[in-house]
Amino acid sequence: MPRPTPPTPSTLPAASQRPPPGRRLRHGAGALGRLVLTLAITGLGLLAVTFFIGRVVPVDPVLAAVGDRASEATYQAAREALGLDRPLWEQFLTYVGNALTGDFGTSVLTSNPVAVDIARVFPATLELATVATILGVLLGVPAGIIAAVRQGTWTDHVIRVLGLIGYSVPVFWLGLMGLLVFYAKLDWVAGPGRLDLLYVGLVEPVTGVILLDSAMAGAWDVFRDALAHIVLPASILGYFSLAYISRMTRSFMLEQLRQEYITTARVKGLPERTVIGRHALGNVWVPLVTVIALSYATLLEGSVLTEIVFSWPGLGFYITNSLLNADMNAVLGGTVVVGAVFIGLNLLSDGLYRLLDPRARP
Amino acid sequence: MSPQRAGLRAWLLSEAPASRGQARLGDLYRSGLRFRRNPLALAGLIIILLLLLIAAIGPLLAPFSPTDQALDLRLLPPGAEGHWLGTDGLGRDILSRLLHGGRITLAVVVLVAIIVAPVGLLIGTVAGYAGGLIDSVLMRLTDIFLAFPRLILALALVAALGPGIENAVIAIALTTWPPYARIARAETLTIRNSDFIAAARLQGASPARIILRQVMPLCTSSVIVRVTLDMAGIILTAAGLGFLGLGAQPPTPEWGAMVADGRKYLLDHWWVATMPGLAIFVVALGFNLLGDGLRDVLDPRGDR
Repeated sequence: MPRPTPPTPSTLPAASQRPPPGRRLRHGAGALGRLVLTLAITGLGLLAVTFFIGRVVPVDPVLAAVGDRASEATYQAAREALGLDRPLWEQFLTYVGNALTGDFGTSVLTSNPVAVDIARVFPATLELATVATILGVLLGVPAGIIAAVRQGTWTDHVIRVLGLIGYSVPVFWLGLMGLLVFYAKLDWVAGPGRLDLLYVGLVEPVTGVILLDSAMAGAWDVFRDALAHIVLPASILGYFSLAYISRMTRSFMLEQLRQEYITTARVKGLPERTVIGRHALGNVWVPLVTVIALSYATLLEGSVLTEIVFSWPGLGFYITNSLLNADMNAVLGGTVVVGAVFIGLNLLSDGLYRLLDPRARP
Repeated sequence: MSPQRAGLRAWLLSEAPASRGQARLGDLYRSGLRFRRNPLALAGLIIILLLLLIAAIGPLLAPFSPTDQALDLRLLPPGAEGHWLGTDGLGRDILSRLLHGGRITLAVVVLVAIIVAPVGLLIGTVAGYAGGLIDSVLMRLTDIFLAFPRLILALALVAALGPGIENAVIAIALTTWPPYARIARAETLTIRNSDFIAAARLQGASPARIILRQVMPLCTSSVIVRVTLDMAGIILTAAGLGFLGLGAQPPTPEWGAMVADGRKYLLDHWWVATMPGLAIFVVALGFNLLGDGLRDVLDPRGDR
């Protein structure tokens, strides 16, 4: 998945590209200020790009609003009402102002404000990406540790090849194959969608995350059905997260195992379990948290194709569907939201790193 | 081994090369030796060579036309007479379509690489060498594009430009260059203060000449590794766009679009979607294996 794309580690700003911890120490508060500035500039850049895309799109927004039978006067009036007669920079400022207040215009397809639509579909994406990340962490971290400890053995090679396969398989195809085998042939899991029709609307949406809502309401039959639906798409997404997480875990772990303190611990006669589990792992999990946050961010975006294949009514499904119906407001609004979440998670992973690594504390 | 070959080997592996040419050839030979010891990388190389072969002569090997429809022969299973991999919903031979589609896949990958690598290299080396304001501006620009979720940006761009293979290439290229700029900048920073750069500057070389002749060649090897590793991602993004109907338009036999086509028949006629997906997977795996091996060979330090 491309890095949809299957997240190749390449699409992510890897931990190795960050400044060394020592340098961060010296700028304490200054670093925070720079972080905020970077965030503001990146966010502005994001809006500039979507604004630009919105302007080059061949669809005339005025025509889309008034229809092609409107008179010249109506057309001009609509043009002024939409603010398209003003200079570009003024339009851009309005666009930024609106975006900051959460106003992305109205979706032509659903005639709801885009922000309302996104708030409705986002929990579905969040649910899928969260379950997938949990799976990826639970399996990927131990796999990476085992591969590092048994470096060069066949166990290591098998885990490496499994990871490479994860980087190489098209996610939409793997989803289809999963449906074919586990749903159509074996009937182990439920089909596309989040719930069977029978269970839709039984639980009052509180968070929008069906697994949480049904568990809180005590509706265990709904919970079981939701679980049967999410298990396949989440496993497939989780596999990509596993590929990335196990690879990074392995390389962090190898880096630690080469250090002298590990040799010292072994010479002291500590059991291997303590050397690996306490000494080495204690230093690995700090950079690992950043990796996990980054992989979570890519899953939120990489789920686009998975959502299509599994008819999962999330953000990716919404964006693609709007796109195929030339609903540009919805596409750009969705792009901005995904981009903002992406930037936010990157920032969060950076912050977590500072918080967890004692050397990076001011 | 004949004495002649042993002599050549010793000359190539010599620790004290007498000329620049001997040093370069020896380096290449040593890399080749390291590469040969890695069976996975060799497998990747073979897959890629096969793809090149298919792109070159595949259309000649194809038993049928990739676009001619034969509705009386639709949805034949693999192994049916004359149709090794079966036929699709319009009776087109799947093997023939795959063989023709190899060219499209290769074209997309090569086009993106040709656009992205030099642009990233240029931006990164200029930023790293110039420093100061130019560096800040270029790197902020890189950060902005790096912060963009790749597939979503490609989606929005293709939506704006209209579907088609050229626009898919443009969209993928626009979302792929930032890591190259970062790599090139990092490499530039490590060499910009070396003595040979100072020597070139003292001889009166202009910054442009130093970047082009001294800095860029030293950044190429890490960029090449990165390109190879990225190829799989590019193929998968292109196939994803094709799957969504935003890449090559029908009846072009693009592999991603073929998977989307087979989705309708998935439950009863599994092969229509399975075969093109397998093709994408094998080619992407080939690039990943090769890239992994190349990285081990060209950069023995890192194991990432």
